[in-house]
Amino acid sequence: MKTIVCKLLILTFVLALCFTLFSCGKDNDEEGDVSSKDKITLNVYNWGEYISDGSLGSYDTIAAFEEYCKNELNMNVEVNYSTYATNEDMYSKLSGGAGTYDIIIPSDYMIERMKNEGMLYSFDVTELENYKYISEEFRGMYYDPDECYSVPYTYGKVGIIYNSTMVDPVDVENKSWDIMWNEKYKGKILQFNNPRDGMASAMFLLGLDINSTNKSDWDKSLEKLVEQKPLVQAYVSDEIYNKMISNSASIAAYYAGDYLTMLDSNPDLAFYYPTEGTNVFVDAMCIPKNAKHPELAKEFINFMLSPEPATANALYIGYASPNSLVYENPSYIEEMGEDAMEVLYSEDESRYPFDPFYHSFSPELLAYTNGLWENLKTENSTELWVHITSVVIVGSLLGYAIYNICVKKKRSKDYRLRDKAKLLEKRNAEKSKASAQNK
Amino acid sequence: MKKKSIMHSIAAAPHIFWAALFIILPLIIVIFYAFTDAEGNFSFENILGLSEYGNIFLLSIELSVIATFICLLVGYPLAYIIAKADAKKQKFFIMLLMLPMWTNLLIRTYSIMAILDDGGFLNNLLNTELHIIGTKGAVIFGMVYDFLPYMVLPIYTCISKIPKNMWEAASDLGCSPIRVLTKVIFPLSMSGVISGVTMVFVPSISTFYISQKLGGGTFELIGDTIERQFVSSALNTGAAISFVMMILILISISVMNKFSDPDDGGIII
Repeated sequence: MKTIVCKLLILTFVLALCFTLFSCGKDNDEEGDVSSKDKITLNVYNWGEYISDGSLGSYDTIAAFEEYCKNELNMNVEVNYSTYATNEDMYSKLSGGAGTYDIIIPSDYMIERMKNEGMLYSFDVTELENYKYISEEFRGMYYDPDECYSVPYTYGKVGIIYNSTMVDPVDVENKSWDIMWNEKYKGKILQFNNPRDGMASAMFLLGLDINSTNKSDWDKSLEKLVEQKPLVQAYVSDEIYNKMISNSASIAAYYAGDYLTMLDSNPDLAFYYPTEGTNVFVDAMCIPKNAKHPELAKEFINFMLSPEPATANALYIGYASPNSLVYENPSYIEEMGEDAMEVLYSEDESRYPFDPFYHSFSPELLAYTNGLWENLKTENSTELWVHITSVVIVGSLLGYAIYNICVKKKRSKDYRLRDKAKLLEKRNAEKSKASAQNK
Repeated sequence: MKKKSIMHSIAAAPHIFWAALFIILPLIIVIFYAFTDAEGNFSFENILGLSEYGNIFLLSIELSVIATFICLLVGYPLAYIIAKADAKKQKFFIMLLMLPMWTNLLIRTYSIMAILDDGGFLNNLLNTELHIIGTKGAVIFGMVYDFLPYMVLPIYTCISKIPKNMWEAASDLGCSPIRVLTKVIFPLSMSGVISGVTMVFVPSISTFYISQKLGGGTFELIGDTIERQFVSSALNTGAAISFVMMILILISISVMNKFSDPDDGGIII
């Protein structure tokens, strides 16, 4: 058995080695093929699952861009594509200097923060050939009023997803956030597992400003969330897919584009935008200040706005696109279907009096809201049996250990006494022997 | 002799380099952040402000103590049975034990969530409405399930190293099988138990994935708190909590080693 395992390990190792050598060789060959021009690597840093990547027969954006560079720009470009899960991950990687990227796609409030911290490369966005296709509505957004940092990629809104077989139609009639506070659905409600989105849901219901700098507003929001906590089954992020598809939960707040993905697997799901207002986000393509190839990055952005990649990406991601070439494209509309178009592109009918976009927080407010969220999580969280069981376990272990030590001490004392007695006996014997000899 | 020592230091150099780069340096960075404020000035405020996390610390310790104890209760007899089986069966049992570990821990935890969920596989199978995910019990179950092999393997190794004639001598001298276990085998396998307990307790207390997925996010363990601090860019608080947790783990391990047999205990530290 052991030898087989050894052999297997060695075999895997050798294979891996061969593979690396082989692929290295291939690389060199390729470089030899292409004209004397150097290969340029464009580093793209994007959200996971946020580009049409050629899987399942979809359009391969990266390969198409490389091809485009070779044919149109006469450049040998290789795209190095990597992904992140949250804006904050991306921010900490860039601000820590851990990576240099040419393209990033942050959300609105993160663009504002990075712009304020001087982390973004500034250029005249309107000079990009395809920028004219971006809908007027998404130009000069609050985070980039002079149109010099970012080009919108996708946008979307948060809404309420519910299971029509488990929820009483009467409760969804008024299209309100209050369904998430409805006692009837105790244990079937999913809430966001991050302070910003979680607290915003309560603030919309209360009619407060989601970018309020007034601490008492946030306290009120927390109060509402504490009230909701006994009804909540789980605070979730990506687990929401599983739970809504398997009918484990019946009500959740999430993004419209993701609702469409869940709908594919569970046709019982339904969706509405709360009339009290809801969060709107825009993810936009930016170039970090320390980018190595900003000119090529501009080409990339321009390429992403052109009809074919833009449509393919919008179809793949399932979020709304601000690109008129996409949302006016008949084949796109046909493929998405009427209902999905309605969900994604419906006019905002809410009566929310404040700005529905998240703005970047001051560090102080960020720490304050984080603290409140912590209070929510620790709110009567420990049941008595946990205390009792752990105290009993620790107590009995300590008891056992102390008993052991006592026994050992007593035993070693006994041994010592016995050794002493033996030693005395031996000495006495020697003495008596010596005295006998003397005699 | 001198030549040998040069060889020694050459051989040790990569390890020292590795340890310095990936253990010592990160530790220094954590301590640096723990004792500075956002502007980089020296301050005790992060550490002093930790009292508000007291409940979370307590809950994490309690849950991991319970999980470790269950692991010990289940793992010791299992290790004993495996060690007593004949050689061919031993290999097979060990392989069975390691089999789940071929799948990544995150995937296993996620699948447990899918199985035990309100509308999950188990409830569909039994046609019941058990609410398991989101309770403390589910988190403890996840810890036991994920970390049990770490308890069984060191104990198994330890028991199988005890010479056969120890067992024979004990029974020859009139010990009943139960007394052989309690008076001879258990004390002799104490070092395995101690390292098993350490290897289960430490990952349990610092886990954040298990509590997030199986606990349903309705309560937080200290690992979740640390993660959230770093995600929301509160590096200093996060580092301070990590630092205090390291100290706590160090203390608990050294206490454990104190109480174990000093002759063969103290595998770690």
